[in-house]
Amino acid sequence: MLEARELTCSKRDRTLFEGLSLVVEPGELLYLRGPNGAGKTSLLRILTGLSSPDSGAVLYNGMDISADKTGYYQDLFYLGHKSGTNGSLSALDNLSFWLAQHNVSVPVNTLFDVLEKVGLVGLEDVPVRYLSAGQQRRVALSRLWLKPAKVWILDEPFTALDVKGVHMLEKSMKEHVGRGGLIITTSHQHLSETAGEHRVFDLEYRF
Amino acid sequence: MSLYQGIFKRDMQVAFKQKAELVQPLMFLLMVVTLFPLGVSPSPDTLQRIGPGVIWIAAILSSLMAMERLFRDDFQDGALEQYMLSGMPLPAVSAVKVAAHWLVSFVPLLLLSPLLAMFLNLTVDMYIALVLTLILGTPLLSLIGAIAVGLTVGLQKGGVLLALLLIPVFIPLLIFATSAVDSAALQLPYHAQLAIIAAMLLLAAALSPFAIAYSLKVSQN
Repeated sequence: MLEARELTCSKRDRTLFEGLSLVVEPGELLYLRGPNGAGKTSLLRILTGLSSPDSGAVLYNGMDISADKTGYYQDLFYLGHKSGTNGSLSALDNLSFWLAQHNVSVPVNTLFDVLEKVGLVGLEDVPVRYLSAGQQRRVALSRLWLKPAKVWILDEPFTALDVKGVHMLEKSMKEHVGRGGLIITTSHQHLSETAGEHRVFDLEYRF
Repeated sequence: MSLYQGIFKRDMQVAFKQKAELVQPLMFLLMVVTLFPLGVSPSPDTLQRIGPGVIWIAAILSSLMAMERLFRDDFQDGALEQYMLSGMPLPAVSAVKVAAHWLVSFVPLLLLSPLLAMFLNLTVDMYIALVLTLILGTPLLSLIGAIAVGLTVGLQKGGVLLALLLIPVFIPLLIFATSAVDSAALQLPYHAQLAIIAAMLLLAAALSPFAIAYSLKVSQN
């Protein structure tokens, strides 16, 4: 269970949100909506612990995430606007390094299976910089199927993905929720039926 | 432990794929040093007198060029976020990254130093003192520089600000390093200067990883 308590965040003298509380239970998909500049990314970054709120706390299974970082990060998968892949390294190098970094051991075969699933066969040795924007996104997303994380926090995961890619991701989201996983995502396009049931949380733009 | 080896290996891999960025600061250093005989005076005596200072100033300026590379790419492509979410202790990660950066940007400078010493007519005694100060002093440049890089990495055009922040901090190092070489030129002992540089290095090695980690965290906000 991921819980946000009375979060307040302001950027450059503008309050993005104040006293924001929300609870996401396992087996739930929370779809965060709001216009540009409403603070969706800021909220997600606070939920991951990357930035700290002006006041309030984020709790994972009842524990403050700033107190119990390791436990939370073992269960967390975060994909932000930045993909976290190095342009000069290949998809394979990037993924194996990321897996080692996140303490996940995966047999090489699985790695190739996932690369096949995201349609990167034959491109695994090409420096990521030379791939298209959508393919780079797919490299970043393939981590979803490699790390057994319970909590997925996805910031605009559909950016640059083609129709098939969107469908694949929505299907995995539904499967993940079915397994008792927890997802918080933002998107400017509506989630289709493939993504399964979801709760909408609206964030309003404040002046 | 193998995790840190992985970071080290990856940083080396990335560095050697961006060869231009490795070579440019060295070429810059070489050119700055060659400008002095042309601009000041080609007389061997003058060169010998200003030589240690010239090499050290050139090393500091070229290190500023190379310094940005330390966290810039990782910040821009989001790799830094993933480090922070991996549960690895950030100070240890920063220390490994600084070590890899020192190895690729300053060890070539050390290898180049005999050539520079010949350009500037340094005696063998002076050269030995110079190399000792470089061995002790350049890791200090990396460690302190990394704190400032962590602070400025989120800014656009942070390069000039980086220089403004760092140059004053490097003044004590410059004073003790050149004074050691001057003592060597006069056949005087220069242990004291080396000991002070070593003390500064040890202090930086102990504390700066935490400062770097903190500055990187601040940049994420």
